[in-house]
Amino acid sequence: MHRDHALTVHDHAPLAAGPAGPLRIGIGGPVGGGKTALVAALCRALGDRFSIVVVTNDIYTTEDADFLRRNGVLPDERIAAVRTGCCPHTAIRDDITANLDAVEELVARHDPDLVLVESGGDNLTATFSYGLVHAQIFVLDVAGGDKVPRKGGPGVTLSDLLVVNKIDLAPLVGADLEVMRRDADAVREGRPTVFLSLREQPDAGPVAQWVATQVAARRG
Amino acid sequence: MNPELLVLADARLPSGGHGHSGGVEALATRGLLRASADLALFLHGRLRTGGETIAAAAAAACLLAGTGAPEWAPWDAAVDARTPSAALRTASRGQGAALLRTVARAWPGPAITALHALVRPHHPIVLGAAAAGASATAEDAAALALHHLTGGAATAAVRLLGLDPLAVAAVTAELARAARPIAASAAAAARTAVAAGDPALLPAGGSPLHDVLAQLQESAEVTLFAS
Ligand SMILES: Nc1nc2c(ncn2[C@@H]2O[C@H](COP(=O)(O)OP(=O)(O)O)[C@@H](O)[C@H]2O)c(=O)[nH]1
Ligand SMILES: [Mg+2]
Repeated sequence: MHRDHALTVHDHAPLAAGPAGPLRIGIGGPVGGGKTALVAALCRALGDRFSIVVVTNDIYTTEDADFLRRNGVLPDERIAAVRTGCCPHTAIRDDITANLDAVEELVARHDPDLVLVESGGDNLTATFSYGLVHAQIFVLDVAGGDKVPRKGGPGVTLSDLLVVNKIDLAPLVGADLEVMRRDADAVREGRPTVFLSLREQPDAGPVAQWVATQVAARRG
Repeated sequence: MNPELLVLADARLPSGGHGHSGGVEALATRGLLRASADLALFLHGRLRTGGETIAAAAAAACLLAGTGAPEWAPWDAAVDARTPSAALRTASRGQGAALLRTVARAWPGPAITALHALVRPHHPIVLGAAAAGASATAEDAAALALHHLTGGAATAAVRLLGLDPLAVAAVTAELARAARPIAASAAAAARTAVAAGDPALLPAGGSPLHDVLAQLQESAEVTLFAS
């Protein structure tokens, strides 16, 4: 697959309604796909232009929050961690109250332009409630196999942006990106999909561009 | 049977409860809780001690909410005074704030509106006020508080230890039988305290083990549950 085509971002506005206040974007997907790496990349790429806060739902060594701090992408006080009691999908979908609490506290303290909510790693059926976020990104790992988009699930089909990450690994695991593109397009009804290697593009180019467009649209 | 009460008793009602284990994670990681019999022992103890205290607070809140827009602060402070562990106070206020979000939408009214003055009210206070909104009695509110106490811990035990969920269901049913007289005595004590307008008359029993567990949980490096 040709890289340029893979990185095309379609113009497709996600839902405009939802919670009050600044734009909230959920970042979901299975464990190890690169959600935290993407959050770090977005903070690096957009941190100069936008005031950003992050809520992470990953398992609490505050693993993800520590990662962001270590990388110096966000100061401590702009990161909040939510513990999900062995049920990451519950905390972002069925009972969003703890996440709402964390988001609103950060918003009250920092008045940000953008709130990123990282879900704990879960399965393909996990999806964010639109009571918690305005838009969601679903991150897949190429190394998880090229069959994953065909398996579908709400993350793959309904996310506002599907990110197929780690395309640098495609040759190593024998994944056919064209198959992934075709299967994703077949179920996504025009919603955009981007192919990415955060290893090779630490600024998450097309994803950062998409997020910046969403922030601008929300600010009006 | 009041159908609205079933909604309030349902663990699926958004309330932040799924993120709390009621001390079970701290017990499990120390090898102190391995089987459903251990869970039963721990929770029977909690019901009779700190359980009655939070049940009475919930019952009092239910009675107070029936009077319109009560002055909540002294009753909320009474829960604070009965919760020696700072970690548990934080957990209770976190769950109270979470439940209040849902309750303000599901059972709005002057008593619930007045709760917002507290910013982060304790969980049994919000639960009792919500119970009043759902036309519950003080006994119902006390039973609800005990139901959530045992239910949250039991679910956490299943998730953390892979206990047989059917065995745990039998434990929770037995705990519910044990909860009946405790809810009744908690409600009676709440009636006395509310009639006297004196939160100091609420029961003040505690569960020291649970307090210690909450502090240990808070300082642990890796935890899946907030408490
Ligand atoms: N080869 C490769 N590794 C990546 C890429 N993006 C992330 N990783 C690595 O994948 C692992 C999991 O990433 P992480 O962001 O923690 O995943 P999360 O569980 O979804 O948050 C980390 O070791 C990352 O460095 C990528 O594009 N290519
Ligand atoms: Mg992560």
